[in-house]
Formats: sequence, C-alpha cells, structure tokens
Amino acid sequence: MNEAVKISTQHLSFYYGDFLALNDICLEIRENQVTALIGPSGCGKSTYLRCLNRMNDLIARTRTEGTILLDGKNILDPNQDVVSLRSRVGMVFQKPNPFPKSIFENVAYGLRVNGIRDRAYIADRVEGSLKQAALWNEVKDRISESALGLSGGQQQRLCIARALAVSPEVLLMDEPASALDPISTQKIEELIHELKTRYTIIIVTHNMQQAARVSDITAFFYVGKLIEVGETDTIFTRPGIKQTEDYITGRFG
Amino acid sequence: MLRSIDPATIENSQTAFDSTPAPRFYLQRRRRIMEKIVFSAFRTAAVVNALALAIVVYFMAANGWKAISWTFLTQPPTNSMTQGGILPCIVGTLCLSLGAMILAFPIGIASAIYMSEYARPGRLLRIIRLGINNLAGVPSVVFGLFGLGFFVVYLRFGVSILSGALTLGAMTLPVIISATEESLRSVPDTYREASLALGANKLQTICRVVLPSAMPGILTSAILGLSRTAGETAPIMFTAAVFYVPQLPSSIFDEIMALPYHIYVLATAGTEIEATRHLQYGTALVLVALVLGLNLSAILYRSRVRKRLR
Repeated sequence: MNEAVKISTQHLSFYYGDFLALNDICLEIRENQVTALIGPSGCGKSTYLRCLNRMNDLIARTRTEGTILLDGKNILDPNQDVVSLRSRVGMVFQKPNPFPKSIFENVAYGLRVNGIRDRAYIADRVEGSLKQAALWNEVKDRISESALGLSGGQQQRLCIARALAVSPEVLLMDEPASALDPISTQKIEELIHELKTRYTIIIVTHNMQQAARVSDITAFFYVGKLIEVGETDTIFTRPGIKQTEDYITGRFG
Repeated sequence: MLRSIDPATIENSQTAFDSTPAPRFYLQRRRRIMEKIVFSAFRTAAVVNALALAIVVYFMAANGWKAISWTFLTQPPTNSMTQGGILPCIVGTLCLSLGAMILAFPIGIASAIYMSEYARPGRLLRIIRLGINNLAGVPSVVFGLFGLGFFVVYLRFGVSILSGALTLGAMTLPVIISATEESLRSVPDTYREASLALGANKLQTICRVVLPSAMPGILTSAILGLSRTAGETAPIMFTAAVFYVPQLPSSIFDEIMALPYHIYVLATAGTEIEATRHLQYGTALVLVALVLGLNLSAILYRSRVRKRLR
C-alpha cells in the first residue's frame, strides 16, 4: 500500500464566528488512496473538506488555525495563491451543479479560466476528461447541447469530468452520490475506484456502506473532532473507540 | 330511552368514529369553496388590470386613429402644429430613451454587481441601498429640476439630448440597479462555488457564470427602465424637449421635440387645443406603440437568451 503522504493536516482548528467547527484536527491523507470522512451531520467533515481547497475563505467571519501541508507546503499561508491551489485540489459538490452552458463548455470551463486558448488542446482535454468520467459514450453526440438536459447521475459525472479537466492532484467529493439514485451511485463508486490510481481522493459520505465499499482509509469525525482514523477494513470490523463503533453500527448519529 | 348496547356495537362505532368521513367531508367542502372565492378574487384583480390597459389603448386608438397617416409619421408639424406630422417627436423620444439606457445600463449593472457580489454587508452597503431606494422615490419633476441645474446650467450642456438622456438615466438608475441586483441574487451560489473551485477568480466567475445566468432578469430591468424613460415628461421639459423644432437633431447637443412633451404642449399650450384633439390622441397612440415596440424587441431578445441557458 502506498504510504506517501499527500496532505498533512496539523492541529487544524476552524471557527465560524465563535463557534468551533473543527477542533485540533491532525490527519494525514495518503497519495492515490481514497479517504472517506464519516460522521453525523454537523460533525465538521464537510468543513474539513472545504479547508483543503480553501473554499471556506468565501464565508465571512471564519478563522482557521494550524497548518495544512500539500506536498509539504502550507496551503493556509496567506501568500498561497488560492486560484492555483484550487486547480490542484478539485472539488465535486453534493448536488450536481453544472453551469447552464453546453456539456462541452462545462468541461472546458476550468481550462478557459486558467487561460488556455488552444482549441485543439481544449477539445482533446474535454474528450479525455469525459472518457475518464465514463460519460463520453453517453454524451458524445450531444456535446454542444445544454448540460441541464442530462439526468442527475450524468450531471454529477459531468461535474467530475469538469473537475478532472484541470488535472487536479487531489479530488474532494462532498457526498457526491447523496442526491442520486442507486444505479447512478454505483456508477460514481466504480468511477472513484478507477480514478484513485491517478488522483488522491477524499470523500465525505453519510452512507456507511459506501465508505466501506470505496475507501481505503476511513476517518470518523464527531462534534468537530477527529475521533478515529485507520484502514477502512479495520475501522469497520474492529474499531478502536466506542464512539466509532456506536456510529458505524447505527446506534447514534 | 335506554337501549341495550352490545359490546360489538361499541367497538364498531369506535372504529366508525375514527374513520368517519363526515366531518372531514364538510371541512373539505368549506375549504374548496374558500379556495374558489379567493382564487376568483385574484382572477378578478388580474382581469381588471388587463381591462384597464385595454380600455386606455382602445380609448386612444378610437380617438387618435384618424390622425395616423404616413404624413403624420414622417413629416414635421406644420401650421403652428395644427397639421403635419410628429417625426421630430418620434426621433427625439427614441434618442432620449435609448441615450438614457446607454448611459444608465452600464452604471446600473456595475453598481448592482458591486452590491451583490463584492460589497461586504455593513454600514456602507446599507447607506448605498438607502440612497438608491430614496432615489427611486424622488418625483420625476425633481429630477427635471436637478437636470436643469446640474447638466444644463452647471455643466453647460444646454437644453439638449445629452442633458435629457443624463437626467432620464439618473432617474432610471434605481430601477435598473434593484432589478439587476435581484436577478444576480437569484443565481444559485452553487454556480459561484463550482466556478471558484475550478480555479476561476471572482471576476471570471461573475463574467462567465453569474452574469450570463442573470441576463434574463437584467434584461427585464432594462425593459422596465426603458418603458419608464420613454413616457416621462417632467424630467425632459427643462432639460431636452422644446416647443417646436422642425428639423431633426444632428448632434447630442441639439434640443429636440419629444412625444410626451408634445402631447402636453398640444393639450395645454397649443394655439388650437380643441382642433388638435385627434393629433394629441394620435401622438399618444404613437408613444404607446413605440414603448410597446421597444419592449417587445427586448422581450424577444430575452427569450432568445433564456433559450440559450436551457
């Protein structure tokens, strides 16, 4: 198993105003693995995810303490360029949110805003990304039609393709399948499995089976704290801490 | 009178009571009737509205129809404005309202973008918003006086298309700003997040995602603004429109005739008020048709933009 650390979180605390949403989180994310973040609603797992590409910067009156090292460099450094950070750390949201543009333009968007003008290159990347997201065959004949005409599951795979187009190293997924039907969910899960050979994936999920199916590492969050982290097999069969066991077995949360 | 009741009946009546349809049935009927009454009230209100417009248009059409002719639309007024046409007024009103939109639209959109996308909620934003809301409440004649004092006299633009368009523009700004801001706010935040997460900066997000999505709403604001400017009399009577200029304007510093002001002049200050009644109605008809025409083209454009978003 790959032991290289991609992201190292050290003593990360995060505040919404006076509310402590993340309390002294220390967590290492390993390269080319899928890390699942589980825990009841409001436990801070999504907040943690959004710290990793500094999406929380957009929310007024928040404060971050500690360090997050991406390949050894602190991304919380005020000098860190968030734009380049976000093209290295892509994100897929809970609800599919394609732009009201064509399928092609949705995937090309990230390239265009990053200043790429070469048409042939863009077309190539769009096709490649759609293939990686297992969507190409379904949309290749309607690539210039509106993305809003796709089904929910297709839209979410489009959002994944859109994130992949800018060649991120890390892919953050915030409950990517929670708004989808079982078949679409399965497709997304298969996709995650394929993508992890090239990307480091962190996925927030409320679905315990999903965490068990797709992830190598599972981290359990509870009221802003990281309670336990370990190999997914171990967490789900022999959790070391009572709270983890209670949550996994459905006794609370 | 006492009756013997066997336990089975009690049990039956118990269940019958629990699922008895009667009270619910009455309630439903009352609810349905209530709903019908309220909806007919709403419908009446809507119909009255449409009817009012229809009556106004009919009244003008019936009285002004015979004034409309090719000469009326293509010639300047003659014979102390008792004969001839209203071409200079049509051209003047077009110049003024389009000019006002050209000036007010970019400023209005820029302000709305600042207020909805950039400004942090706080005192400054509250003050700006208060100012804009108050500006919307200022009577149009006050704008006219402001235009006279500021654009015509102080900035020495004179009585001209420029002064009139600037005055009208200032007057429509609040309409455009609030409608644009509203439509920017209705763009889902998920679009902004998706764009930023792909490495776009704020400006790119606004230009490439937020503005295109808000475009139909923004165009609505333009339509509202345009309708308002075209018909206004008070703001232009001191700043742009004059009693009589037969020739068409050749520069933005020319004074002009305008449809609303022409109606006002013919109806109150003309030499032959009674004899020109049909001309007054005819002019009003042209004004309404012009506003409808401008609106219609904007609406058509908007529906094209909407289609592109789907």
